[in-house]
Amino acid sequence: MVSDEDVEQLYQRLKEDAESAGYHLNPDRSFVMGIVRGLLTNYERFGYMACPCRLPSGVREEDLDIICPCDYRDQDLTEFGACYCALYVSERIARGEDELSPVPERRGSRPGPAPESQVVDLTRLSKPVWRCRVCGYLCARDGPPEVCPICKASRERFERFM
Amino acid sequence: MGKVHVDGRDAGGVTLYALSTCMWCKKTKDLLSNLGVGYDYVYVDLTSGAERAELIDELRRFNPDLTFPTLVANGRVIVGYREKEIKSALGVS
Repeated sequence: MVSDEDVEQLYQRLKEDAESAGYHLNPDRSFVMGIVRGLLTNYERFGYMACPCRLPSGVREEDLDIICPCDYRDQDLTEFGACYCALYVSERIARGEDELSPVPERRGSRPGPAPESQVVDLTRLSKPVWRCRVCGYLCARDGPPEVCPICKASRERFERFM
Repeated sequence: MGKVHVDGRDAGGVTLYALSTCMWCKKTKDLLSNLGVGYDYVYVDLTSGAERAELIDELRRFNPDLTFPTLVANGRVIVGYREKEIKSALGVS
C-alpha cells in the first residue's frame, strides 16, 4: 500500500524537479496527487514508475518509453499543452489561460518523416554525442550520464545521437 | 477481479474499461456515478492470465489502440474522458 506520506514526498520532488527545469505540474493538486499515487503503485508492482494511464507489460525493457517522464511528454506538451496523463502541463495551462483537453495516445503511432540529415563528418568529433529520448538533452562525452541533468531520466533512456 | 456492476438508472448497456491507477478513468467513473446510471466497469491492470487476455481481446474490438478509459455505451465507443460525448451517448444533457 502506498502511504499518503510517500505521495506527498514524491509530489514535492517532482514539483521541484519540474520547476527547476522549466516544466510545470498540473495545477489541479488533487488530480496530481492521484497520478503520483498511481506512479507509486506501479513502482510497487513493477519496480519502475510506469505511466499510470497506460497498461504496462511488466517487463522494464518493453516499458522504458512509458516510464515517467515518458518519451512522448515533450511532444505532447508542445502539441496539446499536456502530457498523456496530464501530470505535466504547458505554462499557459498551468496559469489557467488554456483549458486541458484529452491528449491522444502517441505511443505506437508511426514516427513522422525523418528530418533531412546533414552530412556530419563524424571523424571530426572528439567525443560521441548522446541524446536523452525524453527531453532531447545532448551531451558530448564517452557515455551517457547516469541520470539526465534536465529531466532526471535514467541512463538507459539515452541514445547515441552522433 | 472481473467486471463490477454499479447500480443505477438503466441507460442501456454501459461498460467502462479502466485502469485502477488512471485519473482520467477515475473522472469517467465519477461522472457515471454522478449521472446515476447503472454500468459495469473493469480494472484491466488488476487482471492477469487468461482473464486479462480475454478482456484485451474484447477491448480491441472497440478500441484497437487499447487505451484507457474506453467507454462502450449503447454501442457507441468513447475513448478518453470526454464529458459531452459521454453524456450524449447516455441520453443526458
